[in-house]
Amino acid sequence: MKLRPARDVFLALVLLGFSAALQGCAPTIPKDALLLQPDSLARRQLQTRRFDTSDELQLLQASAMVLQDIGFSIDESETKLGLIAGSKSRDATSASQVAGAILLGLLSGSNMPVDRVQHIKASVVTRSPAKGAMNVRVTFQRTVIDDRGQVARVESLEEPVLYQEFFDKLSKSVFLQANNI
Amino acid sequence: MDLRKVALFLIVATPLLFGCVPPNQRILDSDQSQVQLRQIQSRAFDTTDRRLTLRTAIQTLQDLSFVVDKADLDLGTISGTKLDGYALRITVSVMPRGKKQLIVRANAQYNIEPVTDPEPYQQFFAALEKAMFLTAQQVD
Repeated sequence: MKLRPARDVFLALVLLGFSAALQGCAPTIPKDALLLQPDSLARRQLQTRRFDTSDELQLLQASAMVLQDIGFSIDESETKLGLIAGSKSRDATSASQVAGAILLGLLSGSNMPVDRVQHIKASVVTRSPAKGAMNVRVTFQRTVIDDRGQVARVESLEEPVLYQEFFDKLSKSVFLQANNI
Repeated sequence: MDLRKVALFLIVATPLLFGCVPPNQRILDSDQSQVQLRQIQSRAFDTTDRRLTLRTAIQTLQDLSFVVDKADLDLGTISGTKLDGYALRITVSVMPRGKKQLIVRANAQYNIEPVTDPEPYQQFFAALEKAMFLTAQQVD
């Protein structure tokens, strides 16, 4: 190869920049990660229900029972601050995803990873917005691991149905508890 | 010199030039200024109600899509995680400052990196301020 200084220096600089970008430290935090989003109020409403009681402890107990009802283990609690946190691990295999992976494997010969396990976390928080009333807010998130043991995705769960069902169960639990069943 | 050799040399050598902090320095994050970091991560509030401040911080974390992992009133700390294609972990502590104020301090970790940029903390305290109905004051 003939030496052409100007071109070679240019190429070297491009390569230097490129490999620095590749090898640089991990990406930094997104600009809006801790920014209060306009939809946060809607999310709060979705995740919160009000109960006509001033008995915070009873509401927390009822919440703990619901978490048990839906298979969670309690990892942490601080009743003085109105918090219960729990988690569970479940199968994450989806038939359609597996079928897709098999089809793609047949067509291209490549082996696509499929979801295997999901680790789900929830926290229940109570607070009193006014006298004689308690708000309960629950939030769910999960980490999905694929069949290669890699993290496939991490996400907050925001399906309205999920929250409706949780609060249906909580209402029942509060009722059952109040009636000592 | 052969261009290919130059390229290979650069690819191998640049991580040494641009590389991250040595792994052992990561343990105590010794590359960061303690004073500066405290300033970025702390605000003072004109209240002495620790319990209410902690509860409001929990509420703020939930508003910011965090799941709260831990809380301890006696210690005055709460921790939460936000998963949104990334993992953001935060610990918030509430400590008394003199007789009339509380210091709220937050430190966060984005995936495997410490968050040292002032902006996310400004955003967090802006959200907390709103929920507290109190002004977050810069601490010197």
